[in-house]
Amino acid sequence: MGKLDISIPEVSIREIRLGSITGYQGSAKGLVNESGCGGLKNRDRKFQQCAGCSISKAACMVTLIQDAAVIIHGPVGCASCLHEFNFTYYVNAKSRRGIDNPTQRKIFSTNLKETDTVYGGARKLAKAIREVNERTNASAIFVLSSCASAIIGDDIESVANEAEEEIGKPVVAIFCEGFRSTVWTTGFDAGYHGIVRKLVKPPVHKDNGLINIINFWGSDVFTEWFKPFGVKPNLITPYSTVEGLSHASEATATVQICPTLGSYLGAALEQEYGVPEIRTAAPYGIIQTDRWFRELGKLLHKEDIAEQIIKEKKEKYLPKIEELRKRLKGVRAYVTAGSAHGHALLNIVGDLGMEAVGASVFHHDPTYDGGDGAADLLERRVRDYGDVPNYNVCAKQEFEFVNVLNRIRPDILLARHGGITLWAAKLGIPSLLVEDEQANMGYEGLISYGEKIVETLENTEFIENLSKHASNPYTEWWMNEQPDTFLKEAKTEVI
Amino acid sequence: MGAEIIEQERFTCALGAMQTVVAIPKALPILHSGPGCGDMVSGFFQRSKGYAGGSTTPCSNFSEKEVVFGGVNRLRELVDNSYKILNSDLQVIFTGCTAGIVGDDVQSVAEEFRDQGKPIVYVESPGFKSNNYVSHSVVVNAIIDQYVSQYEDESTFRSQKNTVNVFASIPYQDMFWRGNLDEYKRLLEAIGLKVNILFGDKSEGVREWQSIPKANFNILVSPWYGKDIVDHLKDVYGQPYVQYPNIPIGANETEKFLNKVIAFAIEQGADINEVEAKRFIKRESDAYYAQLEDLATFLLEFRYGLPNHAHIIHDAGYVLGISKFLINETGVIPKEQFIVDDTPEKYQEEIAKELQSISKKREVPVFFSPDAGKAQNKIREITHKGKGIIIGAGWDKQIAREKNYDFISAAIPTDYRLVMRTGYVGFTGGLRLIEDIYSNTLSKFA
Repeated sequence: MGKLDISIPEVSIREIRLGSITGYQGSAKGLVNESGCGGLKNRDRKFQQCAGCSISKAACMVTLIQDAAVIIHGPVGCASCLHEFNFTYYVNAKSRRGIDNPTQRKIFSTNLKETDTVYGGARKLAKAIREVNERTNASAIFVLSSCASAIIGDDIESVANEAEEEIGKPVVAIFCEGFRSTVWTTGFDAGYHGIVRKLVKPPVHKDNGLINIINFWGSDVFTEWFKPFGVKPNLITPYSTVEGLSHASEATATVQICPTLGSYLGAALEQEYGVPEIRTAAPYGIIQTDRWFRELGKLLHKEDIAEQIIKEKKEKYLPKIEELRKRLKGVRAYVTAGSAHGHALLNIVGDLGMEAVGASVFHHDPTYDGGDGAADLLERRVRDYGDVPNYNVCAKQEFEFVNVLNRIRPDILLARHGGITLWAAKLGIPSLLVEDEQANMGYEGLISYGEKIVETLENTEFIENLSKHASNPYTEWWMNEQPDTFLKEAKTEVI
Repeated sequence: MGAEIIEQERFTCALGAMQTVVAIPKALPILHSGPGCGDMVSGFFQRSKGYAGGSTTPCSNFSEKEVVFGGVNRLRELVDNSYKILNSDLQVIFTGCTAGIVGDDVQSVAEEFRDQGKPIVYVESPGFKSNNYVSHSVVVNAIIDQYVSQYEDESTFRSQKNTVNVFASIPYQDMFWRGNLDEYKRLLEAIGLKVNILFGDKSEGVREWQSIPKANFNILVSPWYGKDIVDHLKDVYGQPYVQYPNIPIGANETEKFLNKVIAFAIEQGADINEVEAKRFIKRESDAYYAQLEDLATFLLEFRYGLPNHAHIIHDAGYVLGISKFLINETGVIPKEQFIVDDTPEKYQEEIAKELQSISKKREVPVFFSPDAGKAQNKIREITHKGKGIIIGAGWDKQIAREKNYDFISAAIPTDYRLVMRTGYVGFTGGLRLIEDIYSNTLSKFA
């Protein structure tokens, strides 16, 4: 990966920037090896099911900014699922972020019609921005592109810039139309690209004692962890304010809870404003937790505090972890997640003494924007705990997943994203969905996650009953074919 | 009007009518669209996977390459492999914005497979073309023209005098569609008709669709959406239709609805035992009022605050149906009403007139706009004496809280209510709505 180009309106997509892929079947070690030598090639599919959209990924990072308004410049369908973020915002505001009076999310569609695809939608967009400005008290307005507005060639950047001058507050164009990238997490990058270009300001005071945490909306475990070091977390971008984000450049350091999410923003803040990133992956599993605290200590020049914390945590938590290991030894676990969180779960599986019998992740980034191999969780996972067989990069392809799961029949499915646990249940396999990713970090997280696994393994009556009555639209033929039957030969995509 | 911005949309784009196919047992939607379209639709409707919707639905997942070079070959490969991987009785290809603008010839692909004997249909459904209220009719008509037509035999058109096709709830867009369709079927069968309900697990799937031409007439329960279907069936099979403009909720409306259907059926030569049918209605109505009477003391005397007026933010069929129900069967007065289904202008006057017919004593102001955010701002500005109730989508919970009003989640999208088989149609539906309204009020005390 080269230097990030913040000067241009459109973010460079992951396939080009990082060489990311959405099709692979083999082992984790094989994938790490191919990634390492720069020769990772994608395998396209002859059959596909509905994938994901960059819009919703970009939208979740901007809709949840406390005082933002969001306009989806497209037909009404392109904003369809965003009501879910309004719900998310309310639910987690109080319970996890201490916001007592969460406000309604401001989500608009320019409602592009057939005539707009003929005559262009730029004027409609300009009018929409004015209207949204009048209707809301938003401190910044985000404009997200769609497939339709992109193909008809609306100049969203110019409209946004002109509006920004007119209304005197940031109007941020974000290019996240679905067809641009097969890796829909490019939408995160697109959102951050806009935030770094338009909202983050050059630092006035450097090293302000805050650590940027690039995250979703999980529990805040960091405030407690950071106390001994004398620093505080700045959780971004959900629940940030526009003003707060403008100071992200002044932070002492940046931590990503997941490089699938935070790769671009972490690297951009370092590149543009010299905010250093912690050079190791997030603290999932014991080995990685120790590494993470040590890196944090090194960066803050408080190595002794890091060692002290590690020592205390081991004394306090290892006996309980040992108990869990006894209980879970030999349990065959299958993991499914977006990408990096899958690697994190595989660490936990390794630490709890379980056997990782396979994994399905949506895409794979052979490298990250920070350009440091130490952030590569999968490489570390293979090194720390050994290889994972049946490692499948599947772009949310349910048919492959069902086929594999039916073959492997693990004792438990550990999932990060919705929709997949249903198939485990249909096959009578217990499953556990991680909703609060931060709650699984560190020694504490290992225990709480381990306890949930134990509970899940014991609670099987419901799925046993459900599996007896489950329907299956997949043909018998397909259930007996090899899972990679519809993967084409590997080749480098020419775009 | 329809071209303005929309805040807090209450419907989705044309492609959202893939749920119309999901609602037909063992039917398979196939998307020729961008990678996120299906995800957006799932996120909008929630819990809407059915047999092969959601992440099971095949999709060509347009990338830059297909945008530049066209995606017809990719679609052909996708459809071909769909037959190997998924079992289905009917396939419907939907086009998204990408395929629509690029101009892929999807018709030819569908015809290639149809020539091989496959039960496959295509629909042009780019999101910019219309919304799912409109597109629902487009999908149904496409299935009639491209699939049902293969089972036609002109000599059997309208041959079953007591059979009717019912077009009422739009599956999934009406969150109570399962329960509502159940009740329509139960009521209409009780008055002596045989009902093609067409959607949901109480229908017989494609077999039922094949028999559409044999029905004597059609029933449309809607002020406007779905009208294109019954108009089309009139053209192709000569089937007349009877239209009821709103969802019949509670005794008054259900009696009127059934009586209208009975009169129409007899007029069309159906063999209906009118005495039996009327006896059924009376029995149901008596039972309904016996319960209402039991409740009346509560409605009249409860001294800790019941809602006395309502704002409904919903589609035209519900706004009419709930308003009529509330005023006559609970005493709650419908105040400003908001119809957010993007009603075409040509139907608006008629709907507004129908709403005024509910009371000789008062005017009910009604606003037509899909911009529900604007509707909420209007409600913020309005004050009426007493406690109000807002009946709308999940979004409206927050405005209800701001105003300290009661709130019933009865429209999508909603994150605050789970509906399995509940319906608001009919006698039972009316009682259920009463339960929902007043249980909600009571649950807030202590």
